[in-house]
Amino acid sequence: MRPSLPVNRRAAVGGWSEAGRRRSNRLYHPATPYLLVAPAFVVYGLFMLYPLGKAVHLSLFEWDGMSLGVFVGLRNYLAVATDGALRASFAHAGVLMFFYCVLPLAIGLVIAAVLNRAKVRGLGFFRTVFFLPQVIAMVVVATAWGGIYAFKGPLNTLLRAIGLEALASDWLGSYTLALPAIGMIGTWVEIGLVTVLMLSGMAKISPDLYESARLDGAGAIREFFAVTLPSVIGEIAVALTLTIVAALKTFDLVYMTTSGGPGTSTTVPSYQVYYQAFKVHEVGMAAAIGVTLTALIFLINVVVNRTADRMAA
Amino acid sequence: MISRFERTVNYAILLVFAALVLMPLASIVAGAIAAPSAGATGGIHLENFPAAWTQARFGRYMTNSFLVTGTVLAISVVVSTLAGFALGTMTFRGSGLLFYLFLLGIMVPAEAIVIPLFFDLRALGLTDTLLGVALPQIAQSTAFGTYWMRTYFRASNRSISEAARIDGAGTIRTLWSIQLPVARPALVTLVVLLFMWTWNEFLIPLIMSPTGKMRTVPLGLAFFQGQHTVDHTLMAAAAVMVALPVVVVYLFLQRHFIRGMLEGAVRE
Repeated sequence: MRPSLPVNRRAAVGGWSEAGRRRSNRLYHPATPYLLVAPAFVVYGLFMLYPLGKAVHLSLFEWDGMSLGVFVGLRNYLAVATDGALRASFAHAGVLMFFYCVLPLAIGLVIAAVLNRAKVRGLGFFRTVFFLPQVIAMVVVATAWGGIYAFKGPLNTLLRAIGLEALASDWLGSYTLALPAIGMIGTWVEIGLVTVLMLSGMAKISPDLYESARLDGAGAIREFFAVTLPSVIGEIAVALTLTIVAALKTFDLVYMTTSGGPGTSTTVPSYQVYYQAFKVHEVGMAAAIGVTLTALIFLINVVVNRTADRMAA
Repeated sequence: MISRFERTVNYAILLVFAALVLMPLASIVAGAIAAPSAGATGGIHLENFPAAWTQARFGRYMTNSFLVTGTVLAISVVVSTLAGFALGTMTFRGSGLLFYLFLLGIMVPAEAIVIPLFFDLRALGLTDTLLGVALPQIAQSTAFGTYWMRTYFRASNRSISEAARIDGAGTIRTLWSIQLPVARPALVTLVVLLFMWTWNEFLIPLIMSPTGKMRTVPLGLAFFQGQHTVDHTLMAAAAVMVALPVVVVYLFLQRHFIRGMLEGAVRE
């Protein structure tokens, strides 16, 4: 028989009734939630929290991975801030942010705004296409673009064909062009994500807002800044977080296309982590770079979300 | 009024944009079926695929990839559903702290944890093993999975599970036979996202398998490229094979991918 007891929600947090589960007004044993979380927490604690703590610990040592480490305090962090090669890798990540984040956002916003004004059919199909670069392994993307950038590849062939022979070059082998060339691959990967994100934000804007803006005599440009842009602040924050973090964590792309070269012109922080730990056996330094990267990602998440919340309020 | 002109402009933008996205992908597919060497004639050369499969040792790497992905998915989906259910539907001391700890893990990059993990797992003899490559990714996936399932269960209809409990169903039975069938869309999204992330992962298998015994296909591709004699068409064919499993799943379940990646971005 179905007991018609009223469920006392507050009692659900309290003790275990002596009357037994069936007649109890409790919904679960007080230990149940802990037992449910335990397996996840054990695996997460052992292979995420513990190594994270250990990375912080290791970052305070000079250690080659074999012999006894020497405690050096914050010297590894000081090196991250002052050493030319390490600073350069973070500066390169900063350049990549322009290509992964600023460029896709600027283009994505305009395209989404134009598309949003006149609804067209078949948008679902285009959305699937635009999103495709997001699901393809970076190593495959790198292989595809490596071919396009090759000296005898389609990009240079195209440039020669349209009379811009002077621009044709060995894109990934050039000290000045390799980093922007990698950046453009990032733009290609992220632009679809950003555009789809902006479209989904703009689709939620009430048509009344546009109507009143038009009654006020606003043109397309003013309408964009007065109505469209303020309505997608939340989506912009998500796009910024995702793309900035992607730029900071670039690894496979550099590993596959340039290995940090030519010279050190395309080294990035993730590549330095790998290089310091396994090529020059500076394990403490590698840990310090990893921890710095983590701190930067946290900071960016907090700053972007706080700013967005303040702007939306 | 939306003019015909504006609509035409929109289609033009969409088509140009789609072409720019598809061109690099088309170039690699075209490369994969092109004539392998100067001597061969044109036409479609599907024999590049078995040739690349053998030369890049993809038999071994594909097996590794499926083993790693299967292990990561099986364990992390189960444990994060249990944890997400508890954090999303029950009130208990410490739940807030636990939630923020899991949230932290979504933001921690693999770069920070792989270095200590490599030395610890090597000491335990776990590098170059399935577990060595899978465990760090299980931890990462559990962080996201717990966050994702908690969000789902918090928004889900509590009254059905309360009714089931009053009926005398235990917690596990309520979760298994009442909640999970309804939670299927959220679970499918979680599974496809974790599948994609694990399949495409590069840094963790690179570091956790120093001798290459547990190399997954993305690494197989990188090392195939490293062999100086490699033919461009074979490289392209190998690349297509690396991307294919995820692309096929994407074509069938694209809504889940897009929804998951747009909603999964942490905003709390």
